Amino acid sequence: MALIEVKNLEKTYIDGTETPALRGVSFSIKKGEFVAIMGPSGSGKSTLLHILGFLDKQTSGEYRFDGKTIDDYSKEEVARVRNKKMGFVFQAFNLLTRISVLENVKLPLLYSGIKESQWDDLAKKALDSVGLSHRLYYQPSQLSGGEQQRVAIARALVNNPEVIFADEPTGNLDSKSGQMVMTILQKLNEEKGHTIVLITHETYTAEHAQRIIRLLDGKIESDTLVNNRRKADHFVK
Amino acid sequence: MTTVYIFKTAVSGLRAHKSRSALTILGIVIGITAIMLVMSLGEGAQNLILGQVRSIGPKIIAVVPGRQPKGPTDIFSIFANSLKQKDLEALQKKSNVPHANKIMPVVFGSESLAFGSETYRATIFGVTELFAQIYDMYPAEGRIFSEDEVKSYADVVIIGSKIKDELFGNDNPLDKKIKIKGRNFKVIGVLPQKGQFSFLNFDEVAVIPYTTAQQYVFGIKHFHRIAIEADEEKNVPQTVEDIKNTLRDSHGITDPEKDDFFIETQTEAMQTVSSITNILTAFLTGIAAISLLVGGVGIMNIMLVSVTERTREIGLRKAVGATEKNILTQFLLEAIILTVIGGIIGIVLGALLSFISSLILSNVLALNWTFTFPVQAALLGLGVATFVGLVFGLYPARQASMKSPIEALRYE
Repeated sequence: MALIEVKNLEKTYIDGTETPALRGVSFSIKKGEFVAIMGPSGSGKSTLLHILGFLDKQTSGEYRFDGKTIDDYSKEEVARVRNKKMGFVFQAFNLLTRISVLENVKLPLLYSGIKESQWDDLAKKALDSVGLSHRLYYQPSQLSGGEQQRVAIARALVNNPEVIFADEPTGNLDSKSGQMVMTILQKLNEEKGHTIVLITHETYTAEHAQRIIRLLDGKIESDTLVNNRRKADHFVK
Repeated sequence: MTTVYIFKTAVSGLRAHKSRSALTILGIVIGITAIMLVMSLGEGAQNLILGQVRSIGPKIIAVVPGRQPKGPTDIFSIFANSLKQKDLEALQKKSNVPHANKIMPVVFGSESLAFGSETYRATIFGVTELFAQIYDMYPAEGRIFSEDEVKSYADVVIIGSKIKDELFGNDNPLDKKIKIKGRNFKVIGVLPQKGQFSFLNFDEVAVIPYTTAQQYVFGIKHFHRIAIEADEEKNVPQTVEDIKNTLRDSHGITDPEKDDFFIETQTEAMQTVSSITNILTAFLTGIAAISLLVGGVGIMNIMLVSVTERTREIGLRKAVGATEKNILTQFLLEAIILTVIGGIIGIVLGALLSFISSLILSNVLALNWTFTFPVQAALLGLGVATFVGLVFGLYPARQASMKSPIEALRYE
């Protein structure tokens, strides 16, 4: 069964005038896939990601995550699904500036129901897998952009989610840092089996995925497998 | 999310803006401090006055001439000379007031005392030999005058400790003569140093027989007061009734509304004092509470700013799985922690200030003022602080909890 199933998804923003962002999008993503959603700005890719991440609701059409729609859940349960099954990585990192790296990674655990005694271990493990064990007690502002994004990835995977949604994760990074972020995402996909949905407008970045869905004006332009998939250098321990 | 962690999260939110948090709680600190101070001083004042009233003794009944003051114009104006010798005699009849144990007429006024070249203006207190028992005030040196001396208009005086110091210094005053209104009075006793006692400061009093006081000092035929001691405390109400009936009979009054005297008892005086100080304290506390209201609005204001500033944080927390309730709790707790910290500082500050006030009152003004830590006020202050945090924190916290995560994450 597909983990993510989208049928005729439409989203219209009503803000004085009606602005259609998605105009009938259908696709499905299986567990363990690494999919890039590409498109120029205004193509509706961020809107799509928000709906996929249960952060927003479609205007019409259907979206099933793990067989269920957002309407099958109460508000509390939606928060729980986001907490347990989804991890988010944003272009702007969105780390809390006044707390340490370790505390930032622990953030999803606060809302998880997992015992507090295990939080440190889980967070350290997640930071270890992105190669930042030596930065536990740094403030985010003391880290480089690439390191900050790796902290954000550690935060996304600390609850061991089914899927990681990454919204332009390399958008604010230099190419070397971006490369490292892609390496980590590939590793998480291949070694840990996390499903990854990557949003990007760069073909180069998108080609790290197994499959690319191209959006244009709220519709799917193409949905193809990547032939010569780019493998990021595995220089991260 | 565990309680401890919610708490830590809220505290870290506040610590991020230390000076702002500190300024925000200032309003609460001032409000709680003011409440503590007012309530503590109110209680102290009440204890002081009640203590003085109580020192009269629960069995003592005072008959005061004149109509009981019902308005500012009544005071000391009507029938001020209504208590006369025949009233005293009527009251002394056992059949009229069976439970009266001791009956003593009182006259008083201010006069100059002179010894040699020294003069001192003091309160002349004209009483009978019973005064020592009634006020539990026995001379430290010398003796009290006798019943015979009262009857024979003797020129004898018992002086308060301050008068002794002023007129005689370290010399022995006994058997010396002091001049009051041109008459020579022999000093037969010195009262112990007592300080303020009820309505009188016995340190500044010259006690003489009431007969002498009426005849030679004040030139009056009436009494300023008649003090009556009931045999037992439980008979006080009955005795009050008996006194009223006797005096109405003696004055030919049928309508109690037209009484030309009134009765004071300790119970009554205590009730009056309590109700006055309670009203005053409540009034002042109410004024202090206004500053709490202002403080609460300040908290709400700052929390709203904080919510707006931390829109991204809220969005992120929601994205990683925080429920609306989690966010609401976090911000509400921040507000409550602010106000409770303010409350605790206010309680400590208020207690400190009222302690200092009590030191000043007892040492500089020589009042018998005792400091009591107002536990009730402290608990009330803490409760009010929490309540203010809850009420004024709720709106901002709700605003925070209802933010949509994508709007919040998009916020720059």
